[in-house]
Amino acid sequence: MTATTSTPPTRAPARPSAPRPSGRLRAWATRAPLLPALIFMIAVTQLPFVATLVISFFDWNALYPDARSFTGLANYHEVLTDADLRKSVWTTILLTATVVLASLVIGLGLALLLDRRFRGRGVVRTLLIAPFLLVPVAAALLWKHVLYNPEYGLFNGILHWVGGDGATQPDWISNTPLIAIELSLIWQWTPFMMLILLAGLQSRDTELIEAARMDGANNWQVFRHLTLPHLRRYLELGALLGSIYIVQNFDAVFTITSGGLGTANLPYTVYQSFYQAHENGLASAAGVLVVIGSIIIATFALRVVSSLFREEVSRA
Amino acid sequence: MSNVRTDEAARTEEAAPVAGGRGPTAAGVRPRAKGMGLGLLAWLAGLLFFLPIAWMALTSFHSEEDAATNPPSVAASLTLDGYREFFGAGGGASPWPSLINSFVASTASTLLVLILALPAAYALSIRPVKKWTDVLFFFLSTKMLPVVAGLLPIYLFAKNTDFLDNIWLLVILYTSMNLPIAVWMMQSFLSEVPVAIIEAAQIDGARLPTILTRVVAPIALPGIAATSLICFIFSWNELLFARVLTGVVAQTAPVFLTGFITSQGLFLAKVCAASLVISLPVLAAGFAAQDKLVQGLSLGAVK
Repeated sequence: MTATTSTPPTRAPARPSAPRPSGRLRAWATRAPLLPALIFMIAVTQLPFVATLVISFFDWNALYPDARSFTGLANYHEVLTDADLRKSVWTTILLTATVVLASLVIGLGLALLLDRRFRGRGVVRTLLIAPFLLVPVAAALLWKHVLYNPEYGLFNGILHWVGGDGATQPDWISNTPLIAIELSLIWQWTPFMMLILLAGLQSRDTELIEAARMDGANNWQVFRHLTLPHLRRYLELGALLGSIYIVQNFDAVFTITSGGLGTANLPYTVYQSFYQAHENGLASAAGVLVVIGSIIIATFALRVVSSLFREEVSRA
Repeated sequence: MSNVRTDEAARTEEAAPVAGGRGPTAAGVRPRAKGMGLGLLAWLAGLLFFLPIAWMALTSFHSEEDAATNPPSVAASLTLDGYREFFGAGGGASPWPSLINSFVASTASTLLVLILALPAAYALSIRPVKKWTDVLFFFLSTKMLPVVAGLLPIYLFAKNTDFLDNIWLLVILYTSMNLPIAVWMMQSFLSEVPVAIIEAAQIDGARLPTILTRVVAPIALPGIAATSLICFIFSWNELLFARVLTGVVAQTAPVFLTGFITSQGLFLAKVCAASLVISLPVLAAGFAAQDKLVQGLSLGAVK
């Protein structure tokens, strides 16, 4: 990026002024430490995506490599009209929105509780962070087998305890597969939201709040008119970062239902269509669609991050 | 961190007169009771969130028969059989190759991230290039590109170049996954180094290597450590790439875990033991980096 904006160094000696070349040399010396990382990122993240874009215009099944042909937008047409794929788009949206909203609301509640001083606050904070620090596959296995299992899972065990021998023993994953996945993800992502919102709460202007209380504002008024507006951008940031991570979720869907029972989201569908069905062209088209969706979210995310960032820079 | 702490202290000082000054009707008793109630609620929430993990830990020390009862046997006798089974005592595949693979992939990619990110962060903070914010945001935007979008070409590339089932391909991919986070975090840590100190050292005749090791490193080191731990966590957790691109030789711990439950019969204690052992490095790294965790996860946007 920086390389393309600068003029080629060969023209430098033609210039009459002496300091110019040394200035340019110094500019390159400043840039040099940046280049390895920049080139590495472009090579490893941008090139494959360009390849995906190219493949998405081809009819290409890996099992019939000779039958590869250019089909224009046919893959996109197929992806957008295929009932299963359309459903996976919907599943992705539903899964992401539910998990992000629920974990934001619960995370806000927990952050408010943790913002106060009480005995053992550090311990409680650690307990709350723990779910986020479980390997995602391990967390998914924990929910699938140890909690949801209809015969000896903890949930039905607790129902048995409470309700006696006649207690209902639902098969959680079969009855409500998507909710089962969502619950496990909410459990893992609430700590993340809590941490971001807690950081937001702790960056509040205490003098302002004190002044408001002096003027007779009660807790609710302080929360509604001071805390919440201040938290707005942290809420946005949490929602957007959470969306970016959860739109891409693969581990939970793969582990808990293997994409069955109508829970396949787009990443799982992309994985399945080339890894199991070997439909390279279709998988790429679906992948490009995921990217377009992410870019829409990312545009907002970048804006929020950049406004927080500029504030930090101007404050420093 | 330090300003957060003073912030908290300021707030508690401020909270005290408010609680006391509620007027004669409240008499200061109700706010305190309410405060205790809320503290209790926080404890309850913490325990509720931790319950699944506590239950998993308990189950991992039960025998398979005791683990699979309904209602659950909380007070069953403890045994290490689950862990023995996991480490291959029952004739199953040993987890060690996959644990070692995960360790190699995570450590090597974290080192590579440091080698690439440190100079880059230097060029974005201490001696910034022109338009350094644009460069910073380019790094961030790559993080928002979904992983699945590049998966197929990477798979095809690996297949045609014999890089399939090779741990070093994962090292490269994990590096690209973590580099943007690392650049952002390091940039924010390095910009905390006061320019005046660096200039003073220059005037004293210190050369660049000396400045970096004697002036910059001591200030930035805790941040660099936290960044490394976060990169390690993300690499250790990764499943999709590892699942698609590795097989027998290079499989990582999360892949091992997904293929773990093939046997029929009871396996709960074994699964709990396996999940805990594989999560242990992440739990340790996460708690060690607790203070800087938010900053890393929010890509440096929140401090």
